[in-house]
Formats: sequence, C-alpha cells, structure tokens
Amino acid sequence: MPQYAVLIFERETPGGVADLPPEIMEAHDRLPDRIAEQGGRIIAGLALEPSATATAIRGDLITDGPFIETKEALAGVFVIEASDLDHALALARLTPIVSGGVEVRPLIGFETPAGD
Amino acid sequence: MDSVNSVEQAVADAHRREWAYVLAATVRVTRDLDSAEEAVQDAYVKALTTWTRDGVPERPGAWLTTVARRNALNMTRRDRTLHAKLPLLVQPDDTEPSEAFEPSGPSGRDTIPDDRLRLIFTCCHPALAEEARVALTLRLVCGVATEDIARAFLVGESAMAARLTRAKKKIAVARIPYAVPAPGELPRRLDSVLTVVHLLYATGHTAYSGERLVRDELTGRALDLARMLRLLLPGERETAGLLALLLAQHARRATRTDAYGTLLRLEEQDRSAWDHELIAEADRLVVAALTAGPPGRFTLQAAIAALHAQAPTYAETDWPQILTLYGELLRIWPSPVVALNRAVALAMVDGPSAALAQVEALEAEGRLAGYRYLPATKADLLHRLGRDTEAVRAYREALALSDNAAEQEFLTGRIRSAGPGARSKPG
Repeated sequence: MPQYAVLIFERETPGGVADLPPEIMEAHDRLPDRIAEQGGRIIAGLALEPSATATAIRGDLITDGPFIETKEALAGVFVIEASDLDHALALARLTPIVSGGVEVRPLIGFETPAGD
Repeated sequence: MDSVNSVEQAVADAHRREWAYVLAATVRVTRDLDSAEEAVQDAYVKALTTWTRDGVPERPGAWLTTVARRNALNMTRRDRTLHAKLPLLVQPDDTEPSEAFEPSGPSGRDTIPDDRLRLIFTCCHPALAEEARVALTLRLVCGVATEDIARAFLVGESAMAARLTRAKKKIAVARIPYAVPAPGELPRRLDSVLTVVHLLYATGHTAYSGERLVRDELTGRALDLARMLRLLLPGERETAGLLALLLAQHARRATRTDAYGTLLRLEEQDRSAWDHELIAEADRLVVAALTAGPPGRFTLQAAIAALHAQAPTYAETDWPQILTLYGELLRIWPSPVVALNRAVALAMVDGPSAALAQVEALEAEGRLAGYRYLPATKADLLHRLGRDTEAVRAYREALALSDNAAEQEFLTGRIRSAGPGARSKPG
C-alpha cells in the first residue's frame, strides 16, 4: 500500500506537551487502533519537542529556532499506509488536534519514480 | 465515401460529444491520465482518415473507444517495464483490461462501463487547487486544447501546460483515486464538481475581458457538463439545481449588453428577447428539485434566477419570495456575496435605506474589500436615496476596481446620470 506522511502542525503553548489536554493524549493513544479499524496502518510516529528547542543550520550559520518560523509549528509526524489519497485523508482526519491541522504528503516509494 | 467536410464535421461532433466517455474508458486500460490522453488523441486523428475512407461509423463513440483502448493496450504492452514503475490510478483488481478484450469486435459502448463520473470527480478533487480543477476539467473531460484553455483564462499556453502537468503529476504521485466518492462523501465532493462547472460558466458569461468566441465556447462547455452530470447523477438534486441555474442565466444572455456592448441592468433588459424555452426548462428543474426535500445552494440560486427570468417586469418580480430564498441561501451558505445580493432584494421589499444599512455593515466587515459589486450596489442605493455626491464617489470606487470594458462603460454612464452631484464635484 502507498505510504503517506501526516505532518501535525499545532499552535505552541509555553508548557509544550505538558499543556496538551488529557483527552488529546488519550486520543493519540487510541489512534493506531482507530486507523487499523479503517483499513490503514501506522508505520512510524515522531513527537517533536517545542520549536524553541530547535537549532537551524544554513550553510555555516547556526541559529536558534526552527528552520521556518510559522504560527503553527511542526509538532509531530507519523507515517501511515493507505490505499489512496482519499483513504489517507480519511485516516489523517482522525488525528487529534488542539488548534492547528495536518498536512498529508505522499512518500516516495519503490513503485513511485523519484520525480522527473 | 463521405465528403471531407462532412467527415470533419462528424469528427468534431464526436470530439465534443464523446471525448469524456472515450477518455474515461481508456484510463481503465492505461491507468494513467497522460497516456490515456495520448491514446485518445491518436484515435481522433485516425478517425479522420479512416472515416474518410470507410464512411462515418454508425456509433462513432464506440468506434473511438475501441481504437483508443487498442492504442492504449499497445502502449501499455510496449512500455510494460516503465509502466510497472508508475503509480497506477486504477487498482489492478479493480477492473479489466483483459487480454480477451476484442478491439475490432462489435461491442464497444454497451460493454464498456461509463467512467465519466470517475474522470470528473478526479479532475475536481478538492486536493487540487481550484484553478487546476477548472483547467483539468476543460482539458480531460471536455477535450479542449491547452492553447484554447490558456486563451480563455488569459494566461500563456506554456503556463497553462505547466499548470495541467503539475495537476496530473499530483494526481499520480499523491494517488488521487480514479473513483466516484463513497455515498457519505458524495455531497461534499459533488459540490466541488458543481462549483467548477459553475465557475466555467461564469468565466464565459461575465468574463472580465477576452474574446466573445472564447467566452461562448466556455458557456457551451459548462452547459454540456451540467447536462452530463444531471444525466449521470439523476438522484442528486443539486445537479438539477446547477443545470437550472445555468439555463436561467443562459436564457438572458442576448440581452445582457446593448448593440454597442454596453452592460444593461436587469431592469433595462428586453425581456421579450429572453429564451423562454430555456426558462421553462429551468423552471421544471427547479420545481422538481425544490419539491424533493431541503434545497442546496445551487437549487436556491436557480430558484432565484428562475423567478427573475419569469417576472413580466423588474418591478413585478416576486421580490418578497426572492428575499426569502436569499435568506435561506445565506443560512446554508454564509457568504458575504450572498449577503450583498440579499441586500439588493431587501431594497426592493423594504426600501433602499434598510438595504444601505446592510451594505454598509458588509463594507465595515471588510471581507468584500476589492469586490467591485459592493461599491456599485452601494452607489445605486445612495442614488435612489438622492445622496448623489456619495453615490458618485462609490461609483468611482467601483470603476477603479473593474477591468471589464463593458462594465467600465456602464459605471461611467451611472456617474454621468447621478447628475448634479457629478457636476458640482468634478474630478
């Protein structure tokens, strides 16, 4: 099955992950099962520390903070398997979100040419 | 043997009527849009020579489908290795193409499933930008040449080609499915399709600028698409709503401007020149859609357009009913443009000052900044209230926002007729 990355963008709060409401945490725990119920699969997941802890490198220059400053910062990524984009979007909609959204990106796979 | 002209005509007709069907059926074989397009294009080229030699077949669509699918099958065999690496639009277990497929057999249309809905839902997928949906629909569903699409949207041919390529690449790489959405998703996805068709019509109908011929082509294509959707999704009432809306607008197309191309307002148009057959058809569709349950936004807009089209005069229009319909439309589709149109109806029911208050509230809200119909509507209301100095100011504001020659002419005329205000405050 094709793979997609689901990038989670959230408004950042001072306490970081500690500020997440308990129902959001619970929903994250349940997410793999819910995705499996709908015929998909989570292959990998990454939760990021707040963007204030990030360090960017451009050429020789090292700067404090994320590479791109955005109002909603990249907070996590997971990789799912889905049959097509509609399926991937349906699965990505299950992501618990406080005040942001997600971006769904197809991953380059064995059957997909790496650009042309 | 047919004469060359009549064969050319037959190919052109088949291009217009059958393109979507032929392409949609060919995608089943190629499983990607680009090669399907190529295979179909070749079939039409071949039609010209074969039909000149052998005569136009009884069922041109079936002939074209057969030839296009044979082309596609050959291409697929030839490019098997390459093809295996491409993401496939249609899942292999989904359907044929079977090796038993008999290209020269008498079958054709009767045995090949009608995939036009899959094609149009793919082209209008919400994961594509709206401008890409419009361009893809014209290219893939209507078969309009990239060059002509570019001209209709006032962009260069290479820019339009790039837009189409980008969209097709996203369909392939992100795997936008070649499928009709599941019932639960259908209403929302259909709305996206209907919006594209409506946008096509509107671009042709009230183009900012551009050639007359190109615009007529767009409105014609939009009407064809609306009829096709009505035919393919008869149970979806909004397809009736969209078709009715386009027909009611189309019925009035001859009177939108005068002999010099100046824009005429609804109250100035010659109602005897409206196409009453189209209006009657629109009305039948509206009535059917309205009686079947709570109406969607296209049905409500169609009902409003049909009321306008049936009114003997502007003053005798059923304004209270139109106001009610706009209220309902605003409830299900809270767009500031709808609110502005509702204000126009309100002016006819409760007078211009009630309407002006609403227009000013919309202006203060700021969501319609740069939308030229807001200052134009405000100007009309001020003029009717005798506040000509302010009216002229608002007309000038609208004029500055318009890049359509007919509209500019119209607004200049309005500034002149706002009379004393215009003269006492020149410049």
